[in-house]
Amino acid sequence: MTDTKITNRRDFLVKSVTALSIIYVVPDIFPMADASIKKPFDKKVNASTKWGMNVEVDKCVDGCTACVEACIDENGLYGLDRPETDSQWIRKLVIKDIASDKVTTLPMMCQHCENPPCCDVCPTGASFRREDGIVMVNQHTCIGCRYCMMACPFKARSFVHENLTQQLTSAPRGKGCVESCNLCVNRIDHGSETTACEEACMKEGHVAISFGDLTDPNSRVSKSIKRTNNRRLRADLKLKQSVTYSGF
Amino acid sequence: MIDKIILTKYIISPKVFWSKFILLGFFILVGFACSLYMEHEGHYVTGMNNQIVWGLPHIFAVLLIVIASGVLNIASISSVFDKKLYKPLAPLSALLAIAFLIAGLIILVLDLGKPDRLIVAMTTYNFKSIFAWNIFLYSGFAVVLAAYIWTMLDREVNRFSKYVGTFAFGWRIILTTGTGSIFGFLVAREAYATAILAPLFIVMSLLYGTAVYFLILKTISKFHKTYISNDILMNLRRLTVMFLFANLYFLFLYHITNMYIAKHVEYEIFILSNGGIYTFAFWLGQLLIGIILPIIVINSKKLCNELSLIISSILILIGSFVAMYVIIIGGQAYPLTIFPDHIIIESSFYDNVVHSYVPSLYEFGLGLGGVALALIIVLIGIANFKFLPTLIKSPKKNLSDEQENTAS
Repeated sequence: MTDTKITNRRDFLVKSVTALSIIYVVPDIFPMADASIKKPFDKKVNASTKWGMNVEVDKCVDGCTACVEACIDENGLYGLDRPETDSQWIRKLVIKDIASDKVTTLPMMCQHCENPPCCDVCPTGASFRREDGIVMVNQHTCIGCRYCMMACPFKARSFVHENLTQQLTSAPRGKGCVESCNLCVNRIDHGSETTACEEACMKEGHVAISFGDLTDPNSRVSKSIKRTNNRRLRADLKLKQSVTYSGF
Repeated sequence: MIDKIILTKYIISPKVFWSKFILLGFFILVGFACSLYMEHEGHYVTGMNNQIVWGLPHIFAVLLIVIASGVLNIASISSVFDKKLYKPLAPLSALLAIAFLIAGLIILVLDLGKPDRLIVAMTTYNFKSIFAWNIFLYSGFAVVLAAYIWTMLDREVNRFSKYVGTFAFGWRIILTTGTGSIFGFLVAREAYATAILAPLFIVMSLLYGTAVYFLILKTISKFHKTYISNDILMNLRRLTVMFLFANLYFLFLYHITNMYIAKHVEYEIFILSNGGIYTFAFWLGQLLIGIILPIIVINSKKLCNELSLIISSILILIGSFVAMYVIIIGGQAYPLTIFPDHIIIESSFYDNVVHSYVPSLYEFGLGLGGVALALIIVLIGIANFKFLPTLIKSPKKNLSDEQENTAS
């Protein structure tokens, strides 16, 4: 009887360890199934690339919200029809020049500052700027104090005010955390060279948004900047944003 | 024999003690339940939104923290400036400071989007953030205060009281500078981007703290024979006058500075003339009720020291709440100037409107819970330790171990 028990226990332990090995170890040894991904996360972000965006305002069409809708789909920003509390990573504004009365429409999102006030004030460092210029929020260390929202000059950040239901694995969000445009970091880190908003704008045929590597003179954004007179919003604050506007 | 002032416990019948304890405990539970509900459902159940990101809980929290720094005035005058008159009042002052500080911090933490990540806030720091520095300043202040209370109450270490008191005084000045700088360092908001907010917060703390100290001491004296001499009343009256004028001066300076900064002028016009509820709150609440009326009352020769202090302290307290409302909510309500040379005509994110804020009952419950927490800490403190100055007329009859704590 005793022998049988020992055998059974040993058997149990062997089977358990084998099962755990299969669950935890094997996936780490063998590469992930999706080998088609061009640039996995193991490539280190460095300052040799500097992501940026230029918006040619005169090409932006009044009433078109393709960029906004694309952002919602890309990041799963499905609201609950509560405009005061629903997240908006990108929004369309219509503005009028005080001097000339010229009316312009443009998209507004995180401006990815080189000197970001949101990162300066964040007590835990959850708001951070990557070496490649992307300003984003670490959803694991954000405590939801909203100080970054107080500090942002562009009202680019949103606080997740309620439980989320339709989250996407590619764009994790969290109730009680602050979030904002991250230049589709998940796409970029997987090798894509366009953001959802730029893609949508191109599809519409407006080509108002140009994204790319600011250090590459042949990138769409660099060409757009060369072609037009671009400017930074609130240049007086000297935040050196990577998102610029031209044509107004 | 001369009269003596000794420190005693809060001598009260258990029935009265427990009735107060249960009442305050009830508000604390309500506050906790409110915070749980807000955390569970998310902040959409509050009046806060993506426009007004800091609401009523922040008004309560910042006010309590400012008061915490201010109530230490009495102890500072006693230890730092060596005024013997205030010595019997000093321990209570430090107890109030620690109680209000804890309450303010608890409200602040419970209003976080992720209060469960408090450990992250306490272990992961970005030292460029004044908020991160404040975490050290607040928690450090609690430790300094605990040490200060110890040196004041324990005769064996009483000789260190002056040094610890001076250290605490320095700490509280830095702490309130830090609190004011939370707003002062916000470059993008026209209401805030000015260093003058730091000294403004310091003078506010001096005024509010003195008012709160006096009101609490007066309330305790209704149930316990607390000793408040006429000399103390006279001194507190003079102090309050000084602090009121200092507040008026810094408030004036704050607004006049903003008027001289071209890009802040529109905010000034908003808050001073066409800001609706915010303008009304500024003139009626912050200025008239909070400063002007108390100046008139406290200087009135028709009122005795005590009555003038009671009335002016109540007015100051009402004014303090409104002042926080104007600073915190008013400052956020004014829309950001993203395009200085353009007007925003259309926005789905309320870029072109003065933001509205209607606080929810949950926020109010959390705030009241915090106040109740401060008061219950004071209640427990004075019931268990000898914090209250009591006059002993005839020392021969009242000889007891309490006299070991003779404070004068």
